[in-house]
Amino acid sequence: MNRLVPVLGLLAAASLAAMGLALTLGSVPLPPTEVWAVVTGGGESLSRTLVLELRLPRTLAAFATGGLLAVAGALMQVLLRNPLADPYVLGLSGGAAVGALLAMLAGLGVALVSGAAFAGALLSTFLVFGLAHGTGSWTPVRLLLTGVVVAAGWGALISFILAVSPGAELPGMLYWLMGDLSHARHPGPAWLVLLLAVVLAWPLGRSLNVLARGALQAASLGVSVRPLEWTVYLVAALLTATAVTLAGTVGFVGLIVPHMLRLVLGNDQRIILPASALAGGILLTLADTLARTVIAPQQLPVGVITAMLGVPVFLYLLHRSR
Amino acid sequence: MGSPLLELGDLVIRIPGRPPGSPLGVTVRPGECWAILGPNGAGKTTLLHTLAGLRPAHSGMVRLNGTDMRTLSRRQVARQLALVFQDHHDGFPATVLETALIGRHPYLRPWDMESAEDVAVARAALEQVDLAGLEARPVATLSGGERQRLAIATALSQDPRLFLLDEPLSHLDLHHQVAVLDIVKERVNSGCAAMMSLHDVNLAARHCDHLLLLYPDGNACWGPTKEMLLLPVLERLYGQKLVTGEVDGAPVFMAADGTVDGS
Repeated sequence: MNRLVPVLGLLAAASLAAMGLALTLGSVPLPPTEVWAVVTGGGESLSRTLVLELRLPRTLAAFATGGLLAVAGALMQVLLRNPLADPYVLGLSGGAAVGALLAMLAGLGVALVSGAAFAGALLSTFLVFGLAHGTGSWTPVRLLLTGVVVAAGWGALISFILAVSPGAELPGMLYWLMGDLSHARHPGPAWLVLLLAVVLAWPLGRSLNVLARGALQAASLGVSVRPLEWTVYLVAALLTATAVTLAGTVGFVGLIVPHMLRLVLGNDQRIILPASALAGGILLTLADTLARTVIAPQQLPVGVITAMLGVPVFLYLLHRSR
Repeated sequence: MGSPLLELGDLVIRIPGRPPGSPLGVTVRPGECWAILGPNGAGKTTLLHTLAGLRPAHSGMVRLNGTDMRTLSRRQVARQLALVFQDHHDGFPATVLETALIGRHPYLRPWDMESAEDVAVARAALEQVDLAGLEARPVATLSGGERQRLAIATALSQDPRLFLLDEPLSHLDLHHQVAVLDIVKERVNSGCAAMMSLHDVNLAARHCDHLLLLYPDGNACWGPTKEMLLLPVLERLYGQKLVTGEVDGAPVFMAADGTVDGS
């Protein structure tokens, strides 16, 4: 537990470094001195526009999205007592995607697309929990299976919407589905949600540690299991919905970041939750920087980068953990 | 005698797919060590979970230290009562010391870190069950018997007045069976009480002062060990012919050939 401060200090420093890097790199590289001048209030007007209006909001959005997804993943994994769970497995992103695509199909603006994505994610949450609850037995396996099946249903709906959409709409829809930060302009609310979630979840950390050992064991150690599970699921759903609303469906961050941190730091949620917020932010900031620069001036959707990094890393971890 | 730690007020446990059994009126006082005996499926585990407040009863009530358990919070219950489960499954990797430390959970406020005192309590508990050298080992690498002892160490660091133990001797070698029973008895002699389900009639006879017999048809009887250990009673309990002899002046029982009618 004495590791809390050094670990978080190190990750916070790395976060600043990653964000600094994201500000200097791009189709027009800026020297670090120029970026520093802009951040401290000086600099040329072109650099000011580049940094303050384009790169800074996007970097902050990338960091917040990564942090939100990683914390949501860490919470879901404890809730389902399964290190392989993540918010997307439970169909949250599918519901969000269907909401967003329907809004795009109707020709609604960016704000309404975001709202529809948020509503879709929450709808999916209640659908999965309501169906899994069913007759009262609410085991992690049942929840996981319900989530997987609901996700498959959303997948079919997404294919259907894409099939009947006019060609002009398709590129925007596909970018959204692959996760894309180029339209993320207002990261403020996402940062607020992330900060609140980490601060509020921290006192629950020890209870979550106990819950990770099974619901009955947790109950016999004084944890009120059902209220805690509901809280965790709702918070995770809110985090996921916020992230999806900001950046579309970005996969693998919620799965990989907590998993890697657990391998290094152990399984104390009081460290894992804040560390996930920072490490998830770092990962997505770097991935988005890659997405902007690798074939500049063209941009890749950031979800492509996270999946391309995520799949081999995950398979390696899985293989090693046997 | 002391005031009762646990009172079962006409408690009928709920077992799915079985008609409700006869009501239990057991009273457990400090200094008493109870064994629950019965064949597989008689409801030993269900009873222990019901007594710990983890399952609703069919009817009747459980009083813990004189208070209806339904009015207590999980946290209040956990400070007075510890339950050692029959199965141990790992979710995430954890070390032996971390596992013993979660027994301190009911005493810590949400924002508290485990103090040096909590660590000392957990270490002492590990010492008692002979696991002192394994503190840093991942739980997944322990043997079945070591895990069983770790579960008991977690209950010891929970420091309850009442220990409920579901087959605490499974997976244990002969020496550790007796060692665990001695640890439990040491706590019982210092003012706690224990109630454990056992499969070994002779260990129950030797180490427990009260017995609760659960029959598969839902009937039950209970009382001081000496009055309960009668050959026909046990034969009917297990549906199994038994033979008996004397060792150290006390009866011992062994399974013989042949079954007994449940009537």
